[in-house]
Amino acid sequence: MAARQAPTLAASDGITRSAAPDAETAPGPLAIRGMTIAYGEKPAVFSVDMSITPGSMTAIIGPNGAGKSTLLKAALGIVPALSGTVTVFGRPIGEMGRRIAYVPQRASVDWDFPARVQDVVAMGLYRELGLLGWMRPRDRERVRDCLERVHMAAFAGRQIGQLSGGQQQRVFLARALAQDADLYLLDEPFAGVDAATEAAIIGVLTALRDAGRTIVCVHHDLSTVSAYFDHVFMINVSRIAEGPVATTFTAANLQATYGGRLLAAQIRDLGLGDVPRPDAPCPAPLRS
Amino acid sequence: MTALIDALLLRNGYNAALVAIGAAVLGASAGATGTFLVLRKRALVSDAVSHATLPGICLAFIAMTALGGDGRNLAGLMLGSAATAGLGLVLVEWITRRTRLAEDAAIGAVLSVFFGFGVVLLTVIQNLPTGKQAGLQGFLLGSTAGMLYSEALLIAFGGALAAAAILVLRRPMTMVAFDPGYAATAGVPVRTVDLAMMGLVMAITVIGLKIVGLVLIVALLIIPAVAARFWTERSGHVAAIAAAIGGLSGYVGVALSASAPKLPTGPMVVLTCFALFVISLLMAPARGILARALRHRRFQIAVHRRQGLLALAHGEPVIEPLTLRILRRAGLIRADGVVTEAGRAQAAKALIDARRYEIARRMHHEEAIAGRLVGLEPIETVLTPDEIRVIDQRLGVPRSV
Repeated sequence: MAARQAPTLAASDGITRSAAPDAETAPGPLAIRGMTIAYGEKPAVFSVDMSITPGSMTAIIGPNGAGKSTLLKAALGIVPALSGTVTVFGRPIGEMGRRIAYVPQRASVDWDFPARVQDVVAMGLYRELGLLGWMRPRDRERVRDCLERVHMAAFAGRQIGQLSGGQQQRVFLARALAQDADLYLLDEPFAGVDAATEAAIIGVLTALRDAGRTIVCVHHDLSTVSAYFDHVFMINVSRIAEGPVATTFTAANLQATYGGRLLAAQIRDLGLGDVPRPDAPCPAPLRS
Repeated sequence: MTALIDALLLRNGYNAALVAIGAAVLGASAGATGTFLVLRKRALVSDAVSHATLPGICLAFIAMTALGGDGRNLAGLMLGSAATAGLGLVLVEWITRRTRLAEDAAIGAVLSVFFGFGVVLLTVIQNLPTGKQAGLQGFLLGSTAGMLYSEALLIAFGGALAAAAILVLRRPMTMVAFDPGYAATAGVPVRTVDLAMMGLVMAITVIGLKIVGLVLIVALLIIPAVAARFWTERSGHVAAIAAAIGGLSGYVGVALSASAPKLPTGPMVVLTCFALFVISLLMAPARGILARALRHRRFQIAVHRRQGLLALAHGEPVIEPLTLRILRRAGLIRADGVVTEAGRAQAAKALIDARRYEIARRMHHEEAIAGRLVGLEPIETVLTPDEIRVIDQRLGVPRSV
């Protein structure tokens, strides 16, 4: 991506900034500066800065169409960005691919593809297998181990199309585990999965975080933000707020992110106290 | 008939044998390449590529004749066809990327324009003083009559080279076909792999021009792959089986066309290929029609068996004759209708599983709607151990079954 290689960039406000991270801060696992993504002339993400805390578990939240997944994909270089730089542990992302594992949305692939569960997980080992890509016994063992961690070892030989939605999500997580990365980026890992899968996934992610890895999730369900995550990034095309859940996941910030789409009563249900503007119009479900 | 058997057994002389082997190698690498093309959902691109070869063939012939050489030199014609095929490919990519047109529209436009231009050039060549003997029509539908030893060797060698490239590229090509976005983050150079895949398609097309012809080469890329898909659920095996089907089609097709004069090779190869497709469609154990019918029958039996077992568990009489027959054959009830020891155990398990499934359906709402949790299989084969544990906790019956 041209945007990632540029040494400097002209941010959307016209100011040219240095792409290098600030000297006084340690290089964070993921730092995005001045990221703008647009299809045609309509920005999906506008001039967004993001700085992920090492060893944190961050939820990216925002309404539908707020650019949550797009931001993640652009950070990874899957979607081209109009402007902006991405650094991973202080280096351009192109050099740090080895330390990142990505879990795409379950709906992004054709599950009738001829592959077994273990074949998909083995894709996580791509960098380590040689040119010819033969699997060694220890590679097979690692695939099995990763499937074990998501309680899917018994399904290793199954065709992926025969799995339930939650099981498919677990396979994607196991594939990311096989990459043994330091930074895990997940796109809606809890969307449309059953309660047992949700518990299994959060268990795996928490264990990774406790082992010093950094987790970033695009997340939909506001009711679980406080329980699952320690940091939150709130976006609605532009960045609204970023920081620890305790100080950032507030009624005022939610109102600023979701606008009238979130009822004052729903915010109150989250236990965040009263809303600054109690006359919010247009009711909408909390889980969108 | 004897002519066909002679051809199949490579008894028609060294040259004919080499042509048959060349066609087999070509068919095998076309089948394997086509697998990845089909999995990437870009099968029709090969049609644009193949039709775009015609102007190149004609231009190469004109150029070589004008320079005083032999206009029919196969290597030269291949080079020319590759040039315009590449141009067509670039155009399809460009139109798809720069305009709002979908890829199929771009393919249709490029295919027809290039082919039309090629036909015009073909007519021009016909009217040249040297054009009458050009025999370029053979490139439309394929012809192996009078094929040179060196030409057959070139085809076999090119096909083998393509096969080697597929072996090296199979893992990245599979990943890109499954999910290009993820593949990029896992370290696969997606654009390069896509280019290599298209390069392979172009190579197969150009190599196959002489034998199969440009109109029908697309069949040799697509049909083996979709036929192979009936046999297996693994992409590597799909490619291997497609290679076998393609290779067999090439070999038998060439033999068939050699068994009678003036029989064009391309249609013979494609018809052989189609016969193998029909066999796969009907007979393949993994996804074939007969296997599906058998599985449906087994499903019916499972439904009746579960209903019968639940009736036994509840102490209700079993009335349906099919259900009775199934229970009796499985040794779950005796001929006189008395429940056996095994029948009692299985009925108890069926009852517990039915309760578990009831809760599972409530918990896994989406799956229940999709019909995955109807409750016919033993529950261990459908849900993970931790999922079953959660259900048993809700059920409040922590006994092991």
